[in-house]
Amino acid sequence: MFLINCPYCGERDQQEFKAGGEAHIERPKQPTELSDDEWAEYLFMRKNIKGIQFERWNHAHGCRKWFNMVRDTSNDEIKAIYKMGEKPPAQ
Amino acid sequence: MNKNLRVKSSEYIDETNRISFKFNGKTYHGFKGDTLASALLANDVHLVGRSFKYHRPRGIMTSGSEEPNAIVQINPNTNRTEPNVRATEVEIYEGLEASSQNCWPSVDFDIGGINNFLSPFFPAGFYYKTFMWPASFWEKYEFFIRHSAGLGKSPTSSDPDIYDHRNIHCDVLVVGAGISGILAAKNAAKNNFKTLLVDEKNELGGSTVYENNEFNKINNKTSSEWLKKEIEELKNIKNLEIKTRTSVAAYHQYNYLLARENLTDHLEAKDKTNKIRQRLLKIRAKKVILATGALERPLIFNNNDRPGIMLSSAIKKYSEFYGVACGSKNVFFTNNDSAYESAMSLYNKGINVKAIIDIREQSESKIVKKVKEAGIKIYWSHSIVDTTGYKRLNSISIMKLSNDGTSVTGSKISISCDCLGVAGGWTPAVHLYTQSGSKLKFDEEKKIFLPNQNTSEQISVGSCGGDFKIDEIIKNLNQKLKDTLNINETDLDSIKVEIDQENSKRNIWLLPSDKPLGKTKPFVDYQNDATAKDIKLALREGFRSIEHVKRYTTTGMGTDQGKLGNMHALGIIADTAGVKMGDLGTTTFRPPYTPLTFGTIVGRNVGKFFDIFRRTPINDWHVENKAEFENVGQWKRAWYYPINGETMHQAVQRESKAARESAGILDASTLGKIDIQGSDASEFLNRVYTNAWSKLAIGKCRYGLMLNEDGMVYDDGVTTRLGENHYIMTTTTGGAANVLGKLEDYLQTEWPELDVYLTSVTDHYATASLCGPNSKKILKKIIPDLDLSDENFPHMSFKEAHIGNIQCRIMRISFTGEHSYEINVQASYGKDLWEKCMEAGQEFDITPYGTETMHLLRAEKGFIIVGQDTDGTMTPIDLQMDWIVSKKKYDFIGKRSLYRSDTMREDRKQLVGLLTDDPNIVLEEGSQIVSELNQNPVEMLGHVTSSYFSPNLNKSIALAVVRGGKGMMGKKLFVPMENKNINVTVANPVFYDEKNERLNA
Repeated sequence: MFLINCPYCGERDQQEFKAGGEAHIERPKQPTELSDDEWAEYLFMRKNIKGIQFERWNHAHGCRKWFNMVRDTSNDEIKAIYKMGEKPPAQ
Repeated sequence: MNKNLRVKSSEYIDETNRISFKFNGKTYHGFKGDTLASALLANDVHLVGRSFKYHRPRGIMTSGSEEPNAIVQINPNTNRTEPNVRATEVEIYEGLEASSQNCWPSVDFDIGGINNFLSPFFPAGFYYKTFMWPASFWEKYEFFIRHSAGLGKSPTSSDPDIYDHRNIHCDVLVVGAGISGILAAKNAAKNNFKTLLVDEKNELGGSTVYENNEFNKINNKTSSEWLKKEIEELKNIKNLEIKTRTSVAAYHQYNYLLARENLTDHLEAKDKTNKIRQRLLKIRAKKVILATGALERPLIFNNNDRPGIMLSSAIKKYSEFYGVACGSKNVFFTNNDSAYESAMSLYNKGINVKAIIDIREQSESKIVKKVKEAGIKIYWSHSIVDTTGYKRLNSISIMKLSNDGTSVTGSKISISCDCLGVAGGWTPAVHLYTQSGSKLKFDEEKKIFLPNQNTSEQISVGSCGGDFKIDEIIKNLNQKLKDTLNINETDLDSIKVEIDQENSKRNIWLLPSDKPLGKTKPFVDYQNDATAKDIKLALREGFRSIEHVKRYTTTGMGTDQGKLGNMHALGIIADTAGVKMGDLGTTTFRPPYTPLTFGTIVGRNVGKFFDIFRRTPINDWHVENKAEFENVGQWKRAWYYPINGETMHQAVQRESKAARESAGILDASTLGKIDIQGSDASEFLNRVYTNAWSKLAIGKCRYGLMLNEDGMVYDDGVTTRLGENHYIMTTTTGGAANVLGKLEDYLQTEWPELDVYLTSVTDHYATASLCGPNSKKILKKIIPDLDLSDENFPHMSFKEAHIGNIQCRIMRISFTGEHSYEINVQASYGKDLWEKCMEAGQEFDITPYGTETMHLLRAEKGFIIVGQDTDGTMTPIDLQMDWIVSKKKYDFIGKRSLYRSDTMREDRKQLVGLLTDDPNIVLEEGSQIVSELNQNPVEMLGHVTSSYFSPNLNKSIALAVVRGGKGMMGKKLFVPMENKNINVTVANPVFYDEKNERLNA
């Protein structure tokens, strides 16, 4: 059970949060211009890394804000947490 | 039997408080403070159970939670019965009953004992190898295997006890209240750390409180004397919470630990009622100090499992702590000095110790000299090669060990005895440590796994950290405390320790016998009857990974998780395969450390709290009017209102007819309602719904369909424009929370530039949906001053009005195809509104209807229900709802996916109507649809999603999804059922009032 440092509320138990998959996948601004393959790349293709992974999380049972997390999936260590729109920390 | 083996009064046993209890139907006596195990031993009862596979008689081996053999059923045949309980952990109380498990008809005469004589035929993997063929026989095999397996019986009636959960946040959690834990907790609390100290036992102090070795002194006192004073001082320390009878079950990441606090298990039945039995503590600690101690290892030799063979440390605890002698002719078998302390403990109480068998060549420690002075015979370099005694040990045979320890020589000496204490050294209890994700390393010299790489803020102190001697314990504890708590001094700085110097040990994982291994039974896992030869067999058959050997031989897979024998299993594998133990690694230590009851895990979430439910403000009326309810998401919704003993079918037919012929009323309060405001609200709706919203006039309503980005229908509902920048969106009942979440996600992450604010107002409003040709007249009676003409208040529009003083929002929208109004009022007025409608509708026989009738009425109109007629794989085009998908809008969620090659396939499953050729047959929802009956395998074209008997059309109607269904209008298909094939025809999904004339009737 992680202890997650919500950038708006502080440290809270994992059960207050919802994981939202890979981060930094921007919705295409002009979807109609894309080929089926390009759209599928956005729609379906997600990484599943053993190691450092960038993820979206939502404080669903708290402030309901979305934010980003850098997590090492091999040992679940949370390396960094930053707000939506902010640049990911340098590796 | 029934001898009294009580040897000396102990301060932990209250001999003025005599307690009677039953074991296997026979009454015994013990004292307050006894465990079931100590009380049985005091009555000279050693035989307490039968082993799992061979049904060999087994006795009490230990004095703690690591017990593999003495597992019993507590209070059998009551609603408080509990299986697989360790007799060593049960505190006795007046009226306690316990019985042996895994034996029939009794522990004294167990028919399964024949397995012991058949054991040559039950090697490792016996079941895997034997019951393989013929494969079809497995079901028959399984019946017998299941009956012969199984430890204990689960209760058959509901649990009368209350359980609880508690969250605890602390600076420092100390697990284990032995000497290290007590000193750690004391110093943490004194330095202003909010500290919690837990221990699984009922008394603090661990093994040190009965440690009376005169050669080990702390500040010139024996360690037990000294520690008792320290314990006394704990009471006056602030910031320190102490919980006894509290066992840490799991240590998760981020210092999150679960512990079970036992509150009433030691009380008599009359004192248990209306109290919390067990509490699950959910502990989040900034720092964790593990002081879980060490477990004594047995020695692995031929027939090492007979009742009367115990751990040497357990014999000492029974003697010193409980005042019980485990036997009258005691022998010890050891590879280190521990057994000598136990022997002296017995000797000092006048209990006979016949001999000590030591596999070492010698030891020079003071305690050994003391034993020699006491005249106890010591056999150096000897090993036990066999034991006798079926239900109780009665002799051992020993022989001289060869220098390399792999064989025995010379002549056999037989020693008669009724109790044998084995001492194989100590294994640090690192279970919790590894559960936290931290890594171990193997110490080749000490032959133990030690904490190595911590993953969270934690330290392991005392013997679980590898320190066994009191001077090392205190010195290392002191340094670790200073480092982890960042303090300069502790009260350990001034402690003076004297110790007995010798610390030699000779480690042999599997002791030799004069017989070949195949003819011996050296048990490694007592509970699962896995022997050293099973492990060697597994290696011969090619198993190498410790995880595989474990599963093949079942070593370490019992309820005790192999706390005693796992190290020996590893050692034997390493020796046999010629690898280093450190390279072999360990099997995974999984939570819980000791079993938890289901009650503790579930806590208060039982009965009506099992799953929370929501009721509408009108609920009381439905209950008073005998509605049947159904669960929709977490909501309890009125399903139908049977009168005069109607069946569901009869009630729904009546309600459906009434709604179309005169007037019906539905509680629609559960629909999700999201208040949307902001200057970009219209743009936002444009992006989330498939149709266009910019031109919707204020005061008008529009139906919207929401897709996922993959183009599949996600939710639907009517949204009303209340003002220039203000909308109220309705969602499906079950989808409300997810829709809000999805909208928030897009607003926060993809379109943060939009000025839009979302508020869930589902619970703020109660909604009565009034429908039918007389609905207008009823509403007129309630709100006489509201102009209900089609010109002023047309279909798909909205009015604010007042009913008396109550403000209400009225939408003229319809899910039934009838002229209808949805009246929303503040939730607290919901029942009042409903009753006003019922009163006004009386002259029109207004009929309350439930969700089932609502479903039927909308199916007559071919309206979909998201989640019933869709399943996350249906696009609006599949649903024949092309009309709602804007061609003009540049983008909306899911738009691009509607033009993917896969979503544009002609042969996708599409929503159609189905009519049965026989209008009286109602199809089963979910039944399959085919076009050919004689195909093999038959091709499935789709399935029925909604099906009803329509009273208004007087025939059966159904909605279905059928591959390529759009092009099949009028085609004959079949619905094959178990006993018959039903002929159906594909039809228009709108069955009733295709031209929507009734909306304005």
